[in-house]
Amino acid sequence: MIGRITTSLLSSEASRRDSVLFWKTVDPPADTDGYLAILTPHKNPVWRTRGPLVHSLSHLDYLGDGDVVHIAHDGFVRTLYRKDSRHNFILFTDQCNSYCLMCSQPPKPIDDSNRLWEHYRLIDLIDVNTSALGITGGEPTLFADEFIRFVEYCKAKLPNTALHILTNGRMFYYRRFAEQLGQITHPDLMLGIPVYSDIDSEHDFIVQAKGSFEQTVIGLHHLSRYDLPTEIRIVVHKQTYKRLPQLADFISRNFPFAAHVALMGLELTGFTNQNMDQLWIDPRDYQPELLKAVEVLSWSGLHVSIYNHQLCVLEPKLWPYARRSISDWKNSYAKECNDCLLKEQCGGFFQSGLLMRSAFISPIQMSAQKTIG
Amino acid sequence: MNQNRFAQHESYQPSAGYRFLPFQFLQFDSDRKILVNEVGEYLFLDNGVFEDFVGRTLKPRSDAYLDLKGKHFLFDSSSAAPFELLATKYRTKRAFLAGFTKLHIFVVSLRCEHSCHYCQVSRVSADRTLYDMSAETAKRALDLVFRSPAPDLKIEFQGGEPLLNFERIVQIVNEAKDRANDTGKHVQFVITTNLALVTDEILAFCLDNNIVLSTSLDGPAFIHNKNRPRPGNNSYELTLQNLQRAREILGFDQVAAIMTTTRLSLSHPREIVDEYVSHGFQSIFLRALSPYGFAVKTVKSIGYSTDGFLAFYKAALDYIIELNLNGIHLVETYAQILLTRILTPFTTGYVDLQSPSGAGIGVAVYNYDGDVYASDESRMLAEMGDLQFKLGNVHNDSYAAIFGGELLRTLVSSSCVESMPGCTDCAFQSFCGADPIFNYATQADMVGHIPTSDFHKKNFFIIKYLLTLYEADPAIRKLFWAWVHNTPLDQFQNYEVTV
Repeated sequence: MIGRITTSLLSSEASRRDSVLFWKTVDPPADTDGYLAILTPHKNPVWRTRGPLVHSLSHLDYLGDGDVVHIAHDGFVRTLYRKDSRHNFILFTDQCNSYCLMCSQPPKPIDDSNRLWEHYRLIDLIDVNTSALGITGGEPTLFADEFIRFVEYCKAKLPNTALHILTNGRMFYYRRFAEQLGQITHPDLMLGIPVYSDIDSEHDFIVQAKGSFEQTVIGLHHLSRYDLPTEIRIVVHKQTYKRLPQLADFISRNFPFAAHVALMGLELTGFTNQNMDQLWIDPRDYQPELLKAVEVLSWSGLHVSIYNHQLCVLEPKLWPYARRSISDWKNSYAKECNDCLLKEQCGGFFQSGLLMRSAFISPIQMSAQKTIG
Repeated sequence: MNQNRFAQHESYQPSAGYRFLPFQFLQFDSDRKILVNEVGEYLFLDNGVFEDFVGRTLKPRSDAYLDLKGKHFLFDSSSAAPFELLATKYRTKRAFLAGFTKLHIFVVSLRCEHSCHYCQVSRVSADRTLYDMSAETAKRALDLVFRSPAPDLKIEFQGGEPLLNFERIVQIVNEAKDRANDTGKHVQFVITTNLALVTDEILAFCLDNNIVLSTSLDGPAFIHNKNRPRPGNNSYELTLQNLQRAREILGFDQVAAIMTTTRLSLSHPREIVDEYVSHGFQSIFLRALSPYGFAVKTVKSIGYSTDGFLAFYKAALDYIIELNLNGIHLVETYAQILLTRILTPFTTGYVDLQSPSGAGIGVAVYNYDGDVYASDESRMLAEMGDLQFKLGNVHNDSYAAIFGGELLRTLVSSSCVESMPGCTDCAFQSFCGADPIFNYATQADMVGHIPTSDFHKKNFFIIKYLLTLYEADPAIRKLFWAWVHNTPLDQFQNYEVTV
């Protein structure tokens, strides 16, 4: 079951119907009628409740009013949505038609279409003032018509919520599919699509799918044709860094309509760990290529960001482009960072990133004025 | 998990061999060739690498191979991607064709109180009936303007001095706005004026109707007044005095200026540029004379060779670049147009350098007497007695006859650089354009003879010079991009980071 957390008793029966009571006080709740379930961190309480009671929950102290949780039959609680986070996302499906060397969320070849109802249910329950919601996977477009229907549903239920969809863009090779998405006229939609090389064979190798470059680049043009905003996402690693300047030029010439280009550091999780030999390069070693790529893109008028890079490793000229991009629950810092003057401005690390990091991590302490030229 | 679930790099490589996509090339300097494809993307190759490329012996994993592939000079698989991307880029570069005629020039009066040496068309006359556009002619011309399928129209008032017939301007602006309202179109207005006759009432009207002014400033007083005689010999003083007033009322950036180069200008590039800087202009357009239709006597006093102009242009451009690098924002407009074509996937709306030519399909001129011409130069020719490029008359001819007639069709088919002899295999083809009227006037043939063409000589030189500067100097490279975006260098991709 999926329900919205409340930490205080609700008077209205109608609102109880969608709610999960999260009860932290030692005394039992006075009235437990009508809730989907009652959650409590207390061990084996001897309370009498009307609905299901899940107890002895540790690590859930952060739950607050308006958050949404999924409770499995065995009592396992998953947090689906946090009202105060800017990084909420829906993992639309675990399936994918690519198999990227550095996938952080490795796909599973299972039919999970029977879980789609959960996503609709979540949309019903989350706060209507939610500023942004991500849709990711797997590859969310694989459900084709169901994906279109879901975006329509989001527009109807959450008209003020920006949707940020991470997709490999391959399905938009089919023009009709892009047209269908465009016809929804969602007011605030962005499709984040990876392009890893200006050379098809390089891109296809990285995503481990022959023909995917062709589908993605033509897909990008179809999306532009139907006025759908796109963001191009590049993961910088050993297979991509050499031709970054050429890729930047390729993007400026072929996708000048892109709303944003994100150059991202490697996340050391998922498949990346198995492919470290082929992927890892100390970020310090690709600064010249990164600098050139940012120059090409920004001079051409494109909006550029650098994600997942620590400021001490980045060329200072690139600092203005660096964003604190790592989702709050994955973000951490090294112990050296405590001495750094720029810790507050720095994106830090993925938690996983502390396993393998640049040899050049060091606190920035000097006082200096830098100008980007 | 098992490493070999991932396929190896080799299994994604193309099988063997590559084929060419369309491109032109040129020996740029002694060591390098420049290759440019049909969408204006370019690449420099060392002579030896070029030989390998065209000999089909280029190594598949070499940098040059990948560069040529990424920029769509070669393809090596059955993927549709290069063709789809090229097709979109080609459409983007030809976007100026969409909408058909957008710029409509109204010559509301041929009269002028100036008698500029380089102006072939104006008349010093007090007789309004002879040289002013009538209300009826204006109405008929507007009928044609609003037949154009373009959703965004621009109406430019020229002369003579158009302010001598200000009541016609008022009528045309008001009627055009009404018609734009009725048809859902958008219309902008420009008045090209010497500013001498401008009054606060005129400026108030311009302000109310978002009318932009374009004026002439040829340089310091000794050049400007020499080029632009008027009674009292005070053109320079009047222009600057009224420029100030116009900027106060309309806004500083609502008045642009262009300069025309005469023989006297040639030896004063710096003084002319300084003149623009000292009056706060953000751009300068270094324009050559339209070198035809003059009496021999005039040519002797103000004319010059194309080489003479290019030496002047180069000196002035070098100085403008030097000023910009020292913090003074001044864009040279012709360079900006060419750089936009060279560096970006986009096109420009500049009607005098297009393929096919913008004459008639990008711009039309409605003369005071109702005659319709394909361009400003066409009506200048007509004033010299050659009616070759008269498309028709607003009182006698239909829209279809004027804009779909044999003359305009001939103009279009004679001005495609893709097929013109001498242009068809030029590497700079996609940056350039054609001017059939110039060719006709100077070489008695709309297609023209490129090796002896001054039009070719001028554009070839400037394009090559811009590319040379861009490739050689990182500071200029950044400046040129700032120009493309019309942004002062010190505000272009500059961020202060304080630690």
